[in-house]
Amino acid sequence: MTAGPELTGAYGPVRRKEDARFVRGQGTFVDDIQRPRMLHGAILRSPLAHARIVSVDIAAAQAHPKVEAVITGETLAGRALAWMPTLSQDVQAVLATDKVRFQGQEVAFVVAQDRYAARDALELINVEYEPLPVVVDAKRALDPDAPLIRDDRDGQADNHIFDWEAGDKAATDAVFAAADVVVAQDMLYPRSHPAPLETCGAVADFNKVTGQLTVWSTTQAPHAHRTLYALVAGIPEHKIRIISPDIGGGFGNKVPVYPGYICAIVGAMVTGRPVKWVEDRSENLMSTSFARDYHMHGEIAATKQGRILGIRAKVLADHGAFNGAAQPTNFPAGFFHIFTGSYDLRAAHCEVTGVYTNKAPGGVAYSCSFRITEAVYLIERLVDLLAGELGVDAGQLRMQNLLRPEQFPYTCPTGWEYDSGDYPRALQLAMDIAGYAELRREQAAKRARGEYMGIGLSFFTEGVGAGPRAHMDILGLGMADGADLRIHPTGKAVLAISVQTQGQGHETTFAQIVAQELGLSPDDVDVVHGDTDRTPFGLGTYGSRSTPVSGAAAAVVARKVRERARIVAAAMLEVSPDDLEWAAGKWQVRGDPEQARNLAEIAMAAHSALDLPDGVEGHLDAETVYNPPNLTYPFGAYICVTDVDPGTGQVSLRRFIAVDDCGVQINPMIVEGQVHGGLADGLGMAMMQVIAFDESGNCLGGSFMDYLLPTSVECPSWELGETVTPSPHHPIGAKGIGESATVGSPPAVVNSVLDALRPFGVRHADMPLTPANVWSAIQGHPLRTDLAIT
Amino acid sequence: MRISMRVNGTEYSREVEARLLLIHFLRDHLGLTGSHWGCDTSNCGACVVWLDDTPVKSCTVLAAMADGRQVLTVEGLERGGELDPVQQGFAECHGLQCGFCTPGMMLTARWLLDQHPDPSDAQIREALSGQICRCTGYENIVRSVRWAAEYEARARAQEIQA
Repeated sequence: MTAGPELTGAYGPVRRKEDARFVRGQGTFVDDIQRPRMLHGAILRSPLAHARIVSVDIAAAQAHPKVEAVITGETLAGRALAWMPTLSQDVQAVLATDKVRFQGQEVAFVVAQDRYAARDALELINVEYEPLPVVVDAKRALDPDAPLIRDDRDGQADNHIFDWEAGDKAATDAVFAAADVVVAQDMLYPRSHPAPLETCGAVADFNKVTGQLTVWSTTQAPHAHRTLYALVAGIPEHKIRIISPDIGGGFGNKVPVYPGYICAIVGAMVTGRPVKWVEDRSENLMSTSFARDYHMHGEIAATKQGRILGIRAKVLADHGAFNGAAQPTNFPAGFFHIFTGSYDLRAAHCEVTGVYTNKAPGGVAYSCSFRITEAVYLIERLVDLLAGELGVDAGQLRMQNLLRPEQFPYTCPTGWEYDSGDYPRALQLAMDIAGYAELRREQAAKRARGEYMGIGLSFFTEGVGAGPRAHMDILGLGMADGADLRIHPTGKAVLAISVQTQGQGHETTFAQIVAQELGLSPDDVDVVHGDTDRTPFGLGTYGSRSTPVSGAAAAVVARKVRERARIVAAAMLEVSPDDLEWAAGKWQVRGDPEQARNLAEIAMAAHSALDLPDGVEGHLDAETVYNPPNLTYPFGAYICVTDVDPGTGQVSLRRFIAVDDCGVQINPMIVEGQVHGGLADGLGMAMMQVIAFDESGNCLGGSFMDYLLPTSVECPSWELGETVTPSPHHPIGAKGIGESATVGSPPAVVNSVLDALRPFGVRHADMPLTPANVWSAIQGHPLRTDLAIT
Repeated sequence: MRISMRVNGTEYSREVEARLLLIHFLRDHLGLTGSHWGCDTSNCGACVVWLDDTPVKSCTVLAAMADGRQVLTVEGLERGGELDPVQQGFAECHGLQCGFCTPGMMLTARWLLDQHPDPSDAQIREALSGQICRCTGYENIVRSVRWAAEYEARARAQEIQA
């Protein structure tokens, strides 16, 4: 373990640069973009989950006085654009030509003079459907009589997508055969949706004369989208500019390319005018990337003394109608196989089977760190079930089995190399903040009185910062990220990065990174992002990768500048570069602070007529591409206290204690905010959020009246703690933090509620733990939450 | 139909369709894009503005219903080049991340502090409970509103002393 830099200098709770515009209402989101002669697009969507398209009659819509174009699957087929590649080596219909395969699928696109007229014209399109049998239950997708969803795929005879496994099956089976105790549980991580408050949208502007395409788009990955558009539409990549302006939350929802983006581009090409398309909330919830939908069978093996030996899992993964999961190519189940968690296990094995259903595509979204959310939930529920089986305290069982600090770097049974950690310290801190022993005493007293209080724990380890390009790519694009740093003659800096903020505060934290390396104030550093014409190539912001990958790039490029500055400073001071040391933000002659030059002085000299050594260029600008040697492994210990009313099933979340360790913190204020937000997400998933379907494939979570999200009154005042264990391989010792709380908190909530329900003999209930579900569980019949919910 | 209203102190008169929503009137017709649209169903509150003295969800108010009335949006919170204490509080306490819900949150917070200059945390949470933030987990929004309340209490105390 190496020591990171002290929390001094430019690091610290610096107020955000972004906020000056946002608090004045001067942000620029996609729907705020206006272009001269701009038209508005709207999408006609399928009301049915599975149906053959007999005919699409657009005559009446075309006759609407304000309609400029109506585009159908046939129009697109004429341009070879009816289908587009997904991020998981599948294809997805842009506009349906043969069949619709989920409710809400895109069927036609209207371009009109205003957004109201575009919606009016949708009503004038007449689509004749021939309904087909529907598969909504992943468990029935592989039945011999299940209808074939993807008859468009050559050789596809059933709804099977992939089988994938990780770990050592034989070794794991041997561990289980010899174990004193084996606990097994089926559990569902139900389909959820990230639901950023800003829905997805785009403004496409195509200049027929120059061939230049500019797209303002709600994308978390502008460079990857540019490459994909070039490949799909055949537009030369240097003629495409993707601008990702202010983004109203992403959470993974804005990683994929959606049909609407393509439609806006085609609309602009067809009409010769800019086209804006912004989906409504129902479109967002029903058609864009969902999250989870993992049916898991987990087993955990232990000695009767409570030593955990192994874990194994079989997963049925519902990917919807098109395999559009956004994850590195070689990882069809994401990083699920980090499901060994934070414990010292001997063996592990998992098998994952992916299937098609008549539901919206997606799967990897919503702050899941590429399926680590599901992995953490599985093992943390199993550990609690094991504690119940052994009759030991769930906190004590965790403490007994956590990896010890001296075991790092630690290679887990499925091959992940955890970079650094001090797990017992984090768990102890969480228990201290919670007053764990006192809570258990209170619980015992309440149980004696017939009151139902729960205490739930979870401990998580994430692997974030994808990733080493030798192993990780998306569509063949290695997951390394560039950074360019310009130093103006007066010493002011402009950093251009490939990742962009959707609220994470990059304009502030990345300025802090550069400022810290160069002895500047963060005010002297501007951060350019979210524009492919102005930034170097990189894969974008998701999977908590900004700080681990792009943050590292920012530090590395700043250090390159610093080394260039050293040569210039040496020339200024008429000494050898070797005689200089970097101290207090300046290059100084070793041991002589009087003989020193700061970056502004050096920058001016670098642009001057100063005589530089042979072969040394002037100026200080530098660029880099950062290929991470490993993921970073943030971790944390969470404790949730709930009170359950057995008469109504109502759960009150009384307290939530979160201790996070994300290594060195650039801006603790922003780290805290990231954790707060993730905790609310975790609470939401555990207690209210689910995208369920009825047997006909109707989406039952298609509006905010049906898809419930936590508000200020459901959320408690979060209680946070922190430990700092620097990453040994990251240039500044930082790890990712953006998804930790979303990954780590759901099992703490669920464990807490089930702990409260222990007197009723309730062993397990699937999320979300709505009053109806909790009440049913008390009656002995927990609900199947993904198919229909009452 | 022609409607007229005073928005942030400026009088506007426009020819509009009767069905036009107030949020679209403000954003598309007046170019005041600080107010956002988020859900269609009055659940998220990204579109909250004041109609006369009351916060409303402008996605479910027709522009015609605001005819002859006063509207306050986020663009009108700043007075004489000085940020409203609520705006300062949000920036000071990291009360926003993506910034999309922020204008609506601030307008409700401004209304709350006008009604209750010293609200409890529970009152702040209750006042904001008809609005959704997907980023902050609400804790720092509560802190931001409390910061503004304390700032204004100090200002009032100084005024009395003076």
